[in-house]
Amino acid sequence: MSDTATVSTETATYRRPSGLNAIYQDSRVIAWRNLVHLPRTPQLVIFTLIQPIMFVLLFTYVFGGAIGKALPPGVSYAQFLIPGIMVQTLVFGTSATAVGLAEDLQNGIIDRFRSLPISRSAVLNGRILADMIRLTAVATVLVVIGYVVGFRFQGGLGLGLLMILVAVAFGTSMCWIMTNIGMRVKDAETAQTAGFVWLFPLTFISSVFTPVYTMPAWLQVFARNNPVTLVANLLRALSVGEVLPGSTWVSMSLPVFLWIVGITAVAAPLAVNRYRQA
Amino acid sequence: MPPIIEVENLHKSFGDTHALAGVSFQVERGSVLGLLGPNGAGKTTAVRVLATLLAPDQGTARVGGLDVSTQANAVRSIIGLTGQYAAVDEKLTGAENLRMVGRLLGMSSTQARSRATVLLERFDLTDAADRQVTTYSGGMRRRVDLAVSLVGSPEVLFLDEPTTGLDPASRSELWAITRELVADGTTVLLTTQYLDEADELADRIVVIDQGQVIEEGTADELKDRTGGRSLEIEFETTAELASAAAVLRPFSAKGELQQNEQDCLLSLSVDSDTALAVRAIAALTDAGLSPADFRLHRPSLDDVFMALTGHGTETEEQEGPDSIPGNAKFGDTNTEAMNS
Repeated sequence: MSDTATVSTETATYRRPSGLNAIYQDSRVIAWRNLVHLPRTPQLVIFTLIQPIMFVLLFTYVFGGAIGKALPPGVSYAQFLIPGIMVQTLVFGTSATAVGLAEDLQNGIIDRFRSLPISRSAVLNGRILADMIRLTAVATVLVVIGYVVGFRFQGGLGLGLLMILVAVAFGTSMCWIMTNIGMRVKDAETAQTAGFVWLFPLTFISSVFTPVYTMPAWLQVFARNNPVTLVANLLRALSVGEVLPGSTWVSMSLPVFLWIVGITAVAAPLAVNRYRQA
Repeated sequence: MPPIIEVENLHKSFGDTHALAGVSFQVERGSVLGLLGPNGAGKTTAVRVLATLLAPDQGTARVGGLDVSTQANAVRSIIGLTGQYAAVDEKLTGAENLRMVGRLLGMSSTQARSRATVLLERFDLTDAADRQVTTYSGGMRRRVDLAVSLVGSPEVLFLDEPTTGLDPASRSELWAITRELVADGTTVLLTTQYLDEADELADRIVVIDQGQVIEEGTADELKDRTGGRSLEIEFETTAELASAAAVLRPFSAKGELQQNEQDCLLSLSVDSDTALAVRAIAALTDAGLSPADFRLHRPSLDDVFMALTGHGTETEEQEGPDSIPGNAKFGDTNTEAMNS
């Protein structure tokens, strides 16, 4: 208690930023905090890095022979698989957002944040920002492992980077859905289940692993309109540098863009609103 | 000077549960108010409303003259909150937690760093500064939690059951820290279910039960209602008991000497006069009487509750934390061994 003087002088010399700058600064601190968590959470490291690598290798060498036969001539399975598995992995990766937020609520750190004079949206913004960085890292890992099994950015690096950008943007919109789940369940275990279960039909009934025309007709209806299919197809087009027969860049990217904007426009305000009341 | 905390007719319900049913109290600047009550009495709800975490259904609460509902952010910049369970980031190190909060309060990274260093040193956490909080002991965790809530040098500090689940050493350590903070001018609102904790720290105590204030006063005023401490002496035979009662009669100035033939127990009211207890024992020895056992009995919160409400606290007690030795808590018989 001898340092009272030090404390009060220090108090006088700092001031909270205001307006947008405050939101930005606070979100950055929270994002830093969430990123520091990554290497300290072993199961997250496994989910983030080991699982996609394992999936690529398994699918390429176990299913590649069989599924590859259903592909149009000249298309290698690796070329087909990597964009698909990128959507699948990123979408699965978003469930960590729900789990992390549920954990934060459960152990009281959210109460700590809420008792501080910081901007109301910073906790969620910061988490989404950190998740975006995490998803970008996962996408990059997938491209690297893809190059090992024969995947190439056939349309050039520019379109390749755009492919990663689209994948991360879609993943980020899904993160907003996950924040809603994370805040509405009572604990991290429930968040794990609630954030995960529906991702199986969402990603498997799509063009991620197999071409849609190989599925029963009734399932094709869902598969064709599934945003995951739309994203996977766009990523494939970007990776090879040409659109699917019968479509244009606009017809392929506009639905994806609308899905990303639509999901975010609905889920983000809902989440921020929920956070204010939590 | 107006009270720094003013709570008026606060109501908060969760479904059918009326956690707060018209609570009013005030806390003077620089003092310690103990909010005492069993689990489920509404203590934590009151703190959550004051810390702007929960909006009241009805009534007003002001901290530092600021309304917790309409001026929440201004309130947040003058308060610190330490919860029942350590609300720090367990995956971060102690130092990282402190720096994070410093940054969120608007400090530069240099300022946040030096503030963290000061607090780590003060809370004896320098050695553990770069270890993840997961590896901390219960006492260290509570200390880092308290340190985190002090980063912004708050005027008002809310301590929500700060020693629940702590071992006796960590407990008295936390008490000492709290006293230092108060000496520095910090106003403290402390919730506790331990009478002795409120006794040790609080200038005034507000007893709440089922969402309502049922009593208010200093620790001494509360204890007066329950008779204070008594010396209990146990004998082998009723003959010894009778002669001991004769020896001790002169000591009971107020006539508060009770004889329990069934348990061969003699109870002498001594309040805070421990010297009286010592003299009483010495007198018995001089008279050639040797007690089988003796101890100081302090009123438990149960006793206080019985005195105040006429009902015990068992119905309110839910999943209370583990009992701590020597700690007055519901359901404990709460005797203090003098001879062990």
